[in-house]
Amino acid sequence: MIQIKNLHASINGKEILKGLNLEIKPGEIHAIMGPNGSGKSTLSAVIAGREDYEVTAGEIIFNGKNIIEMSPEDRACEGIFLAFQYPIEIPGVSITNFMKTALENKAKYLNQEPLSAGDFLKKMKEKKQLVELDDSLSKRSVNEGFSGGEKKRNEIFQMAMLEPKLSILDETDSGLDIDALRIVANGVNKLKSPQNSAIVITHYQRLLDYIVPDFVHILYKGKIVKSGTKELALELEAKGYDWIKAEIDA
Amino acid sequence: MNTDQDIIQEIQNTDYKYGFTSDIETDIIAPGLNEDIVRQISKMKNEPEFMLEWRLKAFEHWKTMEHPKWANINMEIPHFQDISYYAQPRNKPKYDSLDEVDPEILKTFQKLGIPLEEQKILAGVAVDAVIDSVSIHTSFKSQLKEMGIIFCSFSEAVHEYPELIKNYLGSVVPYTDNFYACLNSAVFSDGSFVYIPKNTRCPMELSTYFRINATNTGQFERTLIIAEEGSYVSYLEGCTAPMRDENQLHAAVVELITLNNAEIKYSTVQNWYPGDKEGKGGIYNFVTKRGICKGNNSKISWTQIETGSALTWKYPSTILKGDNSSSEFYSVAVTNNHQQADTGTKMIHIGKNTKSTIVSKGISLGKSNNSYRGLVRMAKTAENARNFSQCDSLLIGSQCGAHTFPYIDVQNNTAIVEHEATTSKIADDQIFYCNQRGISKEDAISLIVNGFAKEVLNKLPMEFAIEAQKLLAISMEGSVG
Repeated sequence: MIQIKNLHASINGKEILKGLNLEIKPGEIHAIMGPNGSGKSTLSAVIAGREDYEVTAGEIIFNGKNIIEMSPEDRACEGIFLAFQYPIEIPGVSITNFMKTALENKAKYLNQEPLSAGDFLKKMKEKKQLVELDDSLSKRSVNEGFSGGEKKRNEIFQMAMLEPKLSILDETDSGLDIDALRIVANGVNKLKSPQNSAIVITHYQRLLDYIVPDFVHILYKGKIVKSGTKELALELEAKGYDWIKAEIDA
Repeated sequence: MNTDQDIIQEIQNTDYKYGFTSDIETDIIAPGLNEDIVRQISKMKNEPEFMLEWRLKAFEHWKTMEHPKWANINMEIPHFQDISYYAQPRNKPKYDSLDEVDPEILKTFQKLGIPLEEQKILAGVAVDAVIDSVSIHTSFKSQLKEMGIIFCSFSEAVHEYPELIKNYLGSVVPYTDNFYACLNSAVFSDGSFVYIPKNTRCPMELSTYFRINATNTGQFERTLIIAEEGSYVSYLEGCTAPMRDENQLHAAVVELITLNNAEIKYSTVQNWYPGDKEGKGGIYNFVTKRGICKGNNSKISWTQIETGSALTWKYPSTILKGDNSSSEFYSVAVTNNHQQADTGTKMIHIGKNTKSTIVSKGISLGKSNNSYRGLVRMAKTAENARNFSQCDSLLIGSQCGAHTFPYIDVQNNTAIVEHEATTSKIADDQIFYCNQRGISKEDAISLIVNGFAKEVLNKLPMEFAIEAQKLLAISMEGSVG
């Protein structure tokens, strides 16, 4: 699905990712954990193609294509989805209109026929139910005046609509109460298939009780310093990051 | 990697899509302005004596006036003696069908996307098309006539309905009102006249497309709409102009009158040639639009989408005279390159319980300047009057300007005036968020701008909303078309 090799990336001249390697196969869920400032959000932004970041070395191979030079919209159309940590408000643009524009652009990119109005609305309805999103919400402007939980559910809803191959959930659990967390995690689990993969970025083991990862990686100072299975997350929860830091910094 | 700067650059480089000149033969009066010219215009139009007298009075007054300086606009004062004040298509027959119309004219409409017949049939819009000052095509007139509705060119009204013209001409905008309204009163060429009789609801949107065509000819339109008691009409005005080098002056006057329980909805989509990227050429648009809610419970709504002109100076205003009368002003003004717009409204509350709403959305790109100027006046008599104003500005790029000049004058303690203003930029975060969903930068900007203007676009009649969205897209996008 995606291979990240020796990735170096910096913002405003400051190097954040310092030779990161990661490989994800179809159907796998990888959790990325790490202390604040270790480069977790940078990694998600760089994969999505945010232009504020400069990739200085390395490559990202997504389904056989090196996407380093690809625009963020093309990456999205290729099947990369980023659920934002802080979803952005777009006043005056309804979710319906936003999703319609997004799906039409994607269909155009892939040389497919766009959905008919009827099929589109049907899909909207279906996916809204998946994340228990209120019907009236889709008439409202994108994220404007949404509660924290609504914003995160809206991200997962968009993910369901766009059917990405690789989903990156950037601290989707932050700011969620336990009910919202369960709804979001349920949504993600229902969308799981042997063909698509996910990267779950989180601070806490809590989310991983709901979304069970195949692998857990610890990101520290711009590199993956330890990888393991679900048990690694439990270990982290019990012991904190200090033992990792000590091990690496020694 | 691409930056937003590139996109903005691209947008700024978009050429005026509707720039072309159509080859229609015209009769043009020699340039210059004096009493003889005024007499000549009146004579060419075969006007009755009262019209000529009115024009001459206006002209006498105009000679005593000075060019206004207060607008937030940099401009050279037009050389009024170098302008030709009247142009008329050479042959002015009345056509029975579109087949008889000069194919050049039809082609022009086609380029503008205004297929007359199709529009009439599909949208049920009666179109009174004005090319170069003279009405050449009026449709649906007979159907309207059966209902007692008058929709005709101004010149025709002068001949056919002189009493109405005498009563109402200059009753809302007197010729002494301002420099350009006064000039218009002296030399106006043609325009539209609408009269809706008592308790009649006009069954279709009335629509006029204005178009400036002959080189170096100032266009001076006049529109007069009278809504009798209990009547309703929705009037649409849209304009585009061909590309040319010299600045062209356009100084129109619009007067609206609503009597008891009547309503006029006046919508404008304005896309005159704004000049090239260096700001050369382009239309000077100095318009006086004013309505009076003369009767109780009457209503006037102004909706405008302004994307064109090098200079715009325009304040559709309402005098709320009747008790319980109300007025709305919904505006989107887009300026790009070197365009300058100073636009807004005046709401003059005189009657009791009068209400007004102002929603103004300014979008600035390139090196343009976009100013909102609005006056809300609550007279001593305006018991319990209310106004709500909202002025939002959106800046795209770092070289443009947005300005807000609200004037509030309250002389009655029971009146309530609210004013809200915001200025925002399209954030990189918003663009990236759209990009991440597969939406290109250009589409993202268009989406965000349309979202910003939505409140106003929603106020437009359906047929016009689509045209307006197209215009916004053309103003924003680099690759469309």
